[in-house]
Parts: sequence; structure tokens; C-alpha cells
Amino acid sequence: MTDITTEKARIGAPSAQPFINGFTEEGESLSPVNAAASKSPLAGEAVKRHSHGGGVGIPDSSRAGRLTSYKLADFKPLTGMEEDWRFTPLKRLRGLHTEVLNGAAPSVSVTAPDSVTVETVGRDDRRIGSAAIPEDRVSANAWENFTEATVITVPAEVQVDGEVSVLLTGRGTEASAQHVVIVAEKFSKSVVVLDHQGTAVVAENIEILVEDGAQLTVISLQEWNDDAVHASSQQAKLGRDAKFKHIVVSLGGDLVRVTPSARFTGPGAEVEMFGLYFADAGQHLEQRLFVDHSVANCKSNVLYKGALQGRNAHTVWVGDVLIRKEAEGTDTYEANRNLVLTDGARADSVPNLEIETGLIAGAGHASATGRFDDQHLFYLMARGIPEEVARRLVVRGFLNEIIQQIKVPAIEERLTAAVERELAATNH
Amino acid sequence: MSTLEIKDLHVSIDTEQGTKEILKGVSLTIRTGETHAIMGPNGSGKSTLASTIAGHPRYNVTSGTITLDGEDVLAMTVDERARAGLFLAMQYPVEVPGVSMTNFLRTAKTAIDGEAPKLRTWTKDVKAAMAQLRIDADFTQRNVNEGFSGGEKKRVEILQLELFKPKFAILDETDSGLDVDALKVVSEGVNRAHAEGNMGTLLITHYTRILRYIKPEFVHVFVDGQVVEEGGPELADRLEEEGYDRYATGAGAATIAAASAAAQA
Repeated sequence: MTDITTEKARIGAPSAQPFINGFTEEGESLSPVNAAASKSPLAGEAVKRHSHGGGVGIPDSSRAGRLTSYKLADFKPLTGMEEDWRFTPLKRLRGLHTEVLNGAAPSVSVTAPDSVTVETVGRDDRRIGSAAIPEDRVSANAWENFTEATVITVPAEVQVDGEVSVLLTGRGTEASAQHVVIVAEKFSKSVVVLDHQGTAVVAENIEILVEDGAQLTVISLQEWNDDAVHASSQQAKLGRDAKFKHIVVSLGGDLVRVTPSARFTGPGAEVEMFGLYFADAGQHLEQRLFVDHSVANCKSNVLYKGALQGRNAHTVWVGDVLIRKEAEGTDTYEANRNLVLTDGARADSVPNLEIETGLIAGAGHASATGRFDDQHLFYLMARGIPEEVARRLVVRGFLNEIIQQIKVPAIEERLTAAVERELAATNH
Repeated sequence: MSTLEIKDLHVSIDTEQGTKEILKGVSLTIRTGETHAIMGPNGSGKSTLASTIAGHPRYNVTSGTITLDGEDVLAMTVDERARAGLFLAMQYPVEVPGVSMTNFLRTAKTAIDGEAPKLRTWTKDVKAAMAQLRIDADFTQRNVNEGFSGGEKKRVEILQLELFKPKFAILDETDSGLDVDALKVVSEGVNRAHAEGNMGTLLITHYTRILRYIKPEFVHVFVDGQVVEEGGPELADRLEEEGYDRYATGAGAATIAAASAAAQA
């Protein structure tokens, strides 16, 4: 009994000595001293010189120290050793990180109710850069090379019936750059669907501005042809009391890398981020998200679910959630679940949660990668369910949790059918 | 009236050390309306028998037969066996991610009956059966066995037994890990299913405790992959008092007997 009391006391009290070297009871030690010692290109001196987003002197173990810049030259050529590129097969990027992106960008066709403004603008438009700043070399390359941007504006206090549909159709395999800005003005309510189809090699920046009190859902569908390569940075900036829901669905393409982020600028905002991906043999589907809790009393909830089947199907999920010192009252949860359907597939899953204040409502993260294995199959078959039905039952159910978040019936049906098609291809 | 007949069943598994024989000639006949208890110490092959009847791929039948009303069960796939009327209540029910109980129960019922159950009566039946087994109504929204406690998993197995109405129920240590209250609830469920008069029951257990609630007509004692003693309910009472110790030497004798029988053959 005495031991237990002592133990409790020790855990509760501030301790002079860390439990583990480099860690305090509050988490990983973020001493600026480490930064100077670090040789990482994204840390120490590099951060001090280039960062536009604060984080000076914070080592690269913290997401806050990530280099951000509108200038391609600020990002060193990629080697594949960088933390944020270590899972990506650079050879398959088809030059998105090395070439001048002057190929024809996917054509943009917007179907929207009259209340929504759709414009095509030049690089000097004032809204460019209002919500995003590149966080990696490919995104910066796209920023440097795009020639025109599509700006979609939902005016203040307008509630849009039906969704704004943005069809982006690939126009070939020359490396290209795309730029889309979505502005949900104050107290507006809308759903925007980014529908990527065809064949493209494209680096894309999607800027999403969710003003005070606005409610916006952005659904990004990647139903590319098998040879497409797509790197998409989708950055959202949220105003006070804004509600933002972001859904990423990646099914097609040879290599798809989506990097969504959400930044809070005022209290009371909420973000939900959902993702669904289904990788077949040889496909690389990567998602790296970042939720930056930099103000008090905001909420975030993240759930990504993926299925994999076939040889060298590879999925990557990295979820960075940062709760800064000033973000008291934060409530956050992030989870990733993967279902591996066959041998030879690989799912990487890395949830990162950094907490710099103890005064929060909640913070959690979870990751689970499971196999649809013989035990599941035996159980379902022992109840009379044939093998094929059993397999579909499991995958459909698993992914349906995300599909039902979309709440646009036509798209839900389309994705359900797409998942069925993926499943039908299982037997190869 | 149906008959499940097991004749001279030999079963082995592949291990890292090579093939290991677990069942060494088991014969057993169960008819509709009968309850048979199979009792025995750990590792005696009780669960192997259950899994083999259900068709688990890990177990290789090297000789012998299993027939259901004369039909060759061993020639059937796992799902065909279930549709033929065999039900295995598993010792360790598997968690199936992404599949809600509602969806699972309906899909299984449809597969077993060959047609979808009528929605209104089905929902009512499920609700009633759950209430009797004291399973919370919100379980239908949860994924199959996901996050269920040991006792909850066992109750859900019996729920399926009551809903699917098999010809033969094989209960693989359904009592293990249950507290007394749960044991009563689960036993009542089995007794209800049995009382409908269309089911035979094979109750596999390590303990005699469940036999206070489910009364077998036949008791078979399993040691080292063989039935070493058979009798009526009184045999269970004796096991309760004496345990399995007296078979410890008997196991050796049985092995010798089997070996000499093999030599003679």
C-alpha cells in the first residue's frame, strides 16, 4: 500500500528529473538547445532563416518547426530522407519535385448554384495566399508554376442548396500545377466537391478559407486513371466559430499524396477530417494531415480508414496534431484504421500528437492496422455466409463509416459502387 | 428427426514439430432432442472435435467420417455445414471489424434459410431474443463482437443459436469465463432452443458447473483424443467429486490399448 501512495504522489507532482531522457512528464522535451545541435535541414539554422510560420528554434521533432515558404528555392532538393518524404517513392513523382510544372493542368469545370461566385484569376489576385503557404517542395513548385487559379466564393450568410461540384479532368502526363481557392464567407453554409478524374501528373494547392461562423464541407475525390500522379496540399484556415469538414477519398492513381491541414485563427472553431482510401496492387496512396491548434477552445476530430489489397499496395497515413501552449481548452482526437486484405500490401500509420499545454479538454490518438484474416472468414462462414459475401461484408462495413459522412447521396452511391468495383478486383 | 454421426474420427494438426494427431478415433452419435456432454481435461481434444465438425481449416481429418442424416459433412465447406444445420458456439468468438450485429445477423439468417427473413417479424424476434439473454439493445449497432466482454460474446453466440435454429448445436466451452449470473442466462437460452424440440446439443465443457443448468442425457469423458468413459448424468456427478485425476493413468492405458488394437489390425 505504501508503495502505491508514493507512486501516485510522484506522478502528480512536478518532477525535477525526467522519466526518460529527452522527455518530461509533459511529453517530449522541446528545448531550443536541441535545435542548434540538430543537423537536419528542416531544423535549427534552416528554420531560423526560412520559416514564416513561427517555430524559430524548434527542432524538427516538432511539427511547428516545419519550413513553410512560397519560394521553391527555399526548399532543398528532395533526397527521400526527409521526414515528410520518407515513405514516398520519389521516382514515381514524375518530376513534380524537380521539373518546371508547365504541362497542361487538369481542366476545371464548376457546377454551382447562382448564389456562388466562380472566377478564374491570375497569380496577382489578392485572395491567392490568403489561406495557405507551401509546406513542402512539391507544393512550393506548384505555387511557383501555376498560371491561373479558380476562386470559388460562397458569399456571406448564403446557405447553398445542393453542392458546388468542381470537376478536374486530367489532360495528359506532362507535369503541371493547379491552384484552387475556396472562400466560405462569414456565416455561409456550403458543400464543395473536388472531383479528380482522368490522367494527370499534377501538383495542386487548394486554399480553403472558412470565415467566422461559416460552415463548409470540402470533399476531395481522387478517382484518377491508373497512371495518374497527384500531390495535393489542401490547407484550411478557420475563423472564429467556423465549422469545417474535410473528406479525402483516394481510390485511383498510381501515386496520390494528399496533405490536408487545418489552422485555427479564432476560438470556438471545429474541424472534422475524414479519409477513405483503397489501394490496389502497386498503388501508393499517402495522406499526411496537420491540425494546428494555436488558439483556445477549438475542436478537431480525425478519422481515416483504408483498405489494401494486392502486391505492393502501399498506403501511408501520418497525422500530426499540435496543441500549442496558447491552445487551452482544446479537444482533439485522431485515428487511423487500416484493413489489409491480402498478402504483399503495406500500411504505414503514424499518429503524432504534440501537447504543449496541460489545460485541455481532451486529446487522443489511435491507430490500428488489422488483417482480414482466416479467423474472420471462418467465423462468418461458420454462420452460413459464403466466402465472397463475407469478404464484401467486412470491407463495405469498414469503409462505410467514412462514406456515410459525405451526406451527398449521389456521391455516396458513386463511392459505394466504386468500392464494390475495387472488391470485385480482389480475385487476381 | 436428425442424426449427427461421428465414426472413428482421426484428426491431426500441422505444428512446427511436424504433424500431431489430436483425435485418435472418436465415435459419437447425436439425435434430435438429445443433449450430450463431452468433458475432459485441458488438451484432451474436446475443442478440436468441435472445430473439426464446423470445418476449421487448421484441422486435418486423416480418417473416419462425420455425417448429418447420411450426408458427408467432411465434403462440405464451412458455410455449407452451417447451412446444413450445424452451429458451433465458439470458445473464442472473433471480433469482426466493420460489420454491425444487425447486418451480420440478417446476412447469416438469409444465408442459412435461403431467403431474407421478413423484416418486421425478424426485428421483433431479434429484440425479443436479445431481451431474454439480457443483451443491451444498442448491441445491434455495434460491430460483431468488437469490444464485447467475454460474457457478452458468449451471450451473443447463444443469441445466434436461438435465431438461426440449427439442427445441431455444438457448444465449445460456452461456460468458461462466465460468472454465475451470465452462466444462468446463457444456459436458459440453450434450454429454450432445445425445448423447441428440433435440436440436438453437444455440450463441451471442462467444468461440471454448467451441468447444473443444462441436463445432459449422455456424458462422454475425453482423455488424450479418445472417449475413455461414457455414461449418464451420474458420470458428471462423479467427475464433480473426483475430477479427472483418475484418468491420468487411464490415458496411458488407453494409448496402449489403441496401439495394440492398431498392431492387431
